[in-house]
Amino acid sequence: MDYLTIIQILDSSVRLATPLLLTCLAGLFSERAGVVDIGLEGKLLAAAFLSSAAAAVTGSIWIGLLAGIAGSLAFSMIHGLASITFKGDQLISGVALNFLAAGLTVVVGQSWFQLGGRTPSLNGAERFSPWTLPFSEALAKIPVIGPAYDELISGHTALTYLALLSVPLSWWVLYRSRFGLRLRAVGENPSAVDTAGISVVRLRYAALVIAGVLCGLAGTYLASLAAGFVKDMSAGRGYIALAALIFAKWRPWYALWATLLFGLLEAIGNRYQSIALGDIVIPVQFMQALPYILTVIILAGFVGKAIPPRASGQSYVKER
Amino acid sequence: MSKMPKWADAVLIPLISILIAFFFSGVVIWAIGKDPFVAIKTMVQGAFGSTQGVGYTLYYATNFIFTGLAVAVAYHARLFNIGGEGQATLGGLGVTLVCLAVPWPHWALALPAAMIGGALFGAAWAFIPAWLQAKRGSHIVITTIMFNYIGAALLGYVLLNVLKVPGSMLTESARFPAGAHLPTFHEMLAPFGINFNKNAPANMSFLVAILASVAFYFLIWRTRLGYEIRAYGQSETAAKYAGINPARIVIIAMLISGALAGLMAINNVMGEAERLIDNAVEGAGFIGIAVALMGRNHPIGIFLASILFGFLYQGGAELAFWESIPRELVVVIQALVIMFTGALDNMVRVPLEKLFLAFSKKKEA
Amino acid sequence: MSVQNEAGRQETVAPTASAPAIELRGISKAFGPVQANKDIAISVAKGSIHGIIGENGAGKSTLMSILYGFYKADSGQILINGKEVHITDSQAAIAAGIGMVFQHFKLVENFTVLENVILGAEDGGLLKPSLAKARKLLEQLSDEYELSVDPDALIEDLSVGHQQRVEILKALYRQADILILDEPTGVLTPAEADHLFRILEGLKEQGKTIILITHKLREIMEITDTVSVMRRGEMTATVKTAETSPEELAELMVGRKVLLRVDKKPATPGKPVVQIENLRVVDEQKVERVKGVSFEVREGEILGIAGVAGNGQTELLEVLGGYMSGTGKILINGQEIDLSGKHSNGQTRRARGISHVPEDRHDEGLILEFQAWENMVFGYHHAPEYQKNALLMDNAGIKAMTQKSMDKFDVRPPNPKLEAKSFSGGNQQKIVLAREIERNPDLLLVGQPTRGVDIGAIEFIHQQIVALRDQGKAILLVSVELDEILSLSDRIIVMFDGQIMGERRPAETNEGELGLLMAGITDEKTEEAGAQK
Repeated sequence: MDYLTIIQILDSSVRLATPLLLTCLAGLFSERAGVVDIGLEGKLLAAAFLSSAAAAVTGSIWIGLLAGIAGSLAFSMIHGLASITFKGDQLISGVALNFLAAGLTVVVGQSWFQLGGRTPSLNGAERFSPWTLPFSEALAKIPVIGPAYDELISGHTALTYLALLSVPLSWWVLYRSRFGLRLRAVGENPSAVDTAGISVVRLRYAALVIAGVLCGLAGTYLASLAAGFVKDMSAGRGYIALAALIFAKWRPWYALWATLLFGLLEAIGNRYQSIALGDIVIPVQFMQALPYILTVIILAGFVGKAIPPRASGQSYVKER
Repeated sequence: MSKMPKWADAVLIPLISILIAFFFSGVVIWAIGKDPFVAIKTMVQGAFGSTQGVGYTLYYATNFIFTGLAVAVAYHARLFNIGGEGQATLGGLGVTLVCLAVPWPHWALALPAAMIGGALFGAAWAFIPAWLQAKRGSHIVITTIMFNYIGAALLGYVLLNVLKVPGSMLTESARFPAGAHLPTFHEMLAPFGINFNKNAPANMSFLVAILASVAFYFLIWRTRLGYEIRAYGQSETAAKYAGINPARIVIIAMLISGALAGLMAINNVMGEAERLIDNAVEGAGFIGIAVALMGRNHPIGIFLASILFGFLYQGGAELAFWESIPRELVVVIQALVIMFTGALDNMVRVPLEKLFLAFSKKKEA
Repeated sequence: MSVQNEAGRQETVAPTASAPAIELRGISKAFGPVQANKDIAISVAKGSIHGIIGENGAGKSTLMSILYGFYKADSGQILINGKEVHITDSQAAIAAGIGMVFQHFKLVENFTVLENVILGAEDGGLLKPSLAKARKLLEQLSDEYELSVDPDALIEDLSVGHQQRVEILKALYRQADILILDEPTGVLTPAEADHLFRILEGLKEQGKTIILITHKLREIMEITDTVSVMRRGEMTATVKTAETSPEELAELMVGRKVLLRVDKKPATPGKPVVQIENLRVVDEQKVERVKGVSFEVREGEILGIAGVAGNGQTELLEVLGGYMSGTGKILINGQEIDLSGKHSNGQTRRARGISHVPEDRHDEGLILEFQAWENMVFGYHHAPEYQKNALLMDNAGIKAMTQKSMDKFDVRPPNPKLEAKSFSGGNQQKIVLAREIERNPDLLLVGQPTRGVDIGAIEFIHQQIVALRDQGKAILLVSVELDEILSLSDRIIVMFDGQIMGERRPAETNEGELGLLMAGITDEKTEEAGAQK
């Protein structure tokens, strides 16, 4: 494996980590506020569908992005209605939303485009175009650093840079702002927030709005990357992002590293359809299942015990 | 002290929830430019209009009884097993290996053996998530979902590299021996002079599913193990106080759950396809969640909910054929049923409780 | 609040010095079919300490939650300083100058003191300036009221006494003039409680009005100026504390004459039933909770363990009950039992003749969703007499047995098919007690037998425990209520920080001495203190 191959794999890792990172941060805001969100998967799917449908119809991925965010937000609000307003089971609500997305995207997609649940493939302005950072071409000739800058750092789409930027931003919001203090408090002990005269319901909805927007970005990114929507295209990324969130101990910077790790694995899996180790050939199916296997291994806690926000998963009921 | 009569809690609330779910399903059908009433008519005719339709409805219902019971067993221990899909997939592998291992002389011998095979493989696939939950506290919802993906990949590999008939173009196993053929409703009912459609896939497994439901009832409400499963499900600290080993209950409940999901394969693999094909489960594992929630984790409720979903599944196939509405419509309905009977339970419950309260106050006065 | 805007118009009815700080008129509140507050009226003078006393479920906490905007009253008026206010939520209560210290603290455990204090009362969107301002103000308040706490400490690292100070600081930081404290001494040592009362006196001198909710008569007599008594959601009397007596208050609370002492014969201890040597317990967080404890309990005696909650008593009971592991040695009737947890659990302990009424009946003793008959065999569900055959349990037989036990222990309503959550606290505790006592144990472990139980049931439960002792059984009693320890026990040991501070006989000690031991002041030190005096 030469240097350039490594750079290419890393580059592809960043590409694949982007939707995971955005989704993971979505989960982070939601769970930090005490709302467990298994429905990230459904939001991704809904956003991917709506964004590529809108992009295909209007010819602009930016309008697609708005549609994707709107769809994801709508799902977030349904989750809020079930788990915050009606104090229902958050896991069940999330699972239902995932099925809803899986079913609706195909049913509606077929009705709109008659392509068997697909959307028309996206070209040109219907996709995000890569940003070439300044001096990229000039620096490319410099050994070692040049290709790294040109391939790895430059040449991603706006959403990738936005995702990377949202890591320090999330950190700042969470730990340096009043909103962050209240958000973390409501995920740890909602009754402390309530008795301090702050609305638990409003805070949790706010967290779900953020989660909805972030998932909308992630779903649109997926659609743009794959140049269109295909049935079940989120392929478990919502769940993997949740696993990464646990791995990241619900912290923004750790979330970056965790999702990059998953991105790297997917990149390796994509590049090497089968790997031969001496006489043993690792089958392609194993490589496909690798991210899922790794998720299980990480959840098995071989990386240390993680303590979730104390009130996550519980709806807030005033005690008598 | 209780705010509502028992029947309201057990029957009225789920019924209202389902009606709401159906209403929104109708809205979806209407929104994609089809007539919901025509759709219902097509579905009812397709599912109940002929013995062939009934045969398909009951065939699907059989799948859902197994997966619904599987979800319910785990849920009594407050474990959310979303891995029914993968467990049923692996159950199919177990049933296939058993059926192909011996040139079975008669189904009466093959069926028990296949049941053991399916149950064992299904349970094995549930074991790792169960163990990880019990010993390492890994989130069982995520791990079981991951095992669905891993199971699909594993089956793909086995079908392609182990079970595929050499020279064949199809990724499927060899046909099972004739002795492993389960009697269909047509064959079972012929001696009674009833002419049931010959092509309908409903078979012997339906009776096994009913037996499993009865066994489920006794297990949960009449045995010590069921008592411990329910106690653990209500309160882990109380279970510890009573000397109930939480890890043991988690693992046993999940093994039973996986075994029930795996048992489904005697219906779809042994009873219908008579060979192993890719994606034989067709989402039945997930429908088990809706069925269990709607059926309030009780076998009678699960049975009724399974028939309902059998109807939706068969009716959905008819819709796809006649009205060109994709079969995924059933997934939408399933999602709405889970949403309204599960997560939005309070939306129906709270106003209803108030209604009953006002009613009882009036009575007193 | 529109007070300033309407100042001109308000002038005529402006608060006068004589207007009460708080006046409630006709407050009613129902939770579904339960009427928690019925037409309540009180008036509390400015700069006074007013007690509200009543049994569990009398409606005290509900009333105060209404005042703090946690619930909305169905009807009634609230007047602050003579002016009607509409307290729709906690925000409005805070704006009206009301602060509340809840029984279960409303603190974020992994936040610092400072973060908890500013939560909800921040100045602007950024944290830094708010924190700096709070730090300064906290210093002032600490000096003024003996309320010193480290502003940068995490709540989870603080003692409960200090956590309570944070709660008071939170209220003062929000400039509360009226402070409500709900059962504030339940988790404190007598010394800490005394300190709290000094703080409250100090606040009173500064002109603050204080409402103290408690079920402890002694505290009412000690610190309040006036006292209101609540019973079954109604306010039965309001009197000047100086003009009443504990006996009168108790009668007003319960509605009949109450026996404040337990009638019992002297104990006649026999051979030891349980012998504990050098028991150590380390919990899941790797904290040593019990640090080398040795004692024994004999036939026919009640050994009481006094101590503030969280000093190792819970873990001691759990190890004896078989669901926590420890090291050291425990003999039951002369035979050593397994402490590692590998060969034992709650069921093997029960087989050894140990019954256990756990401290927390909601989380441990009962499955609230189970019916009474299912709860009546909880933990004994493997016993052969409850089985129909090898596979099935004898549900009909269990129901019949439950009916008998319910009649014998006066559980109301005596309906085996009712879910446990539908019974009152006292009746739930009777179900647990019936289950454990009817197994005829050699050793009965009892934790907090009367927590959240009404006075009538307390008497009954105490009688049952004494009756079991008189049958020659050994009883190990853990309670944070010193009154209960003193009146029930034949011997008392005091635990502090996982160790035994000393042993006393109830006749030869008093609350003051036990209180010092509970605060970790050992025998030698108490003797020294005595010598110096």
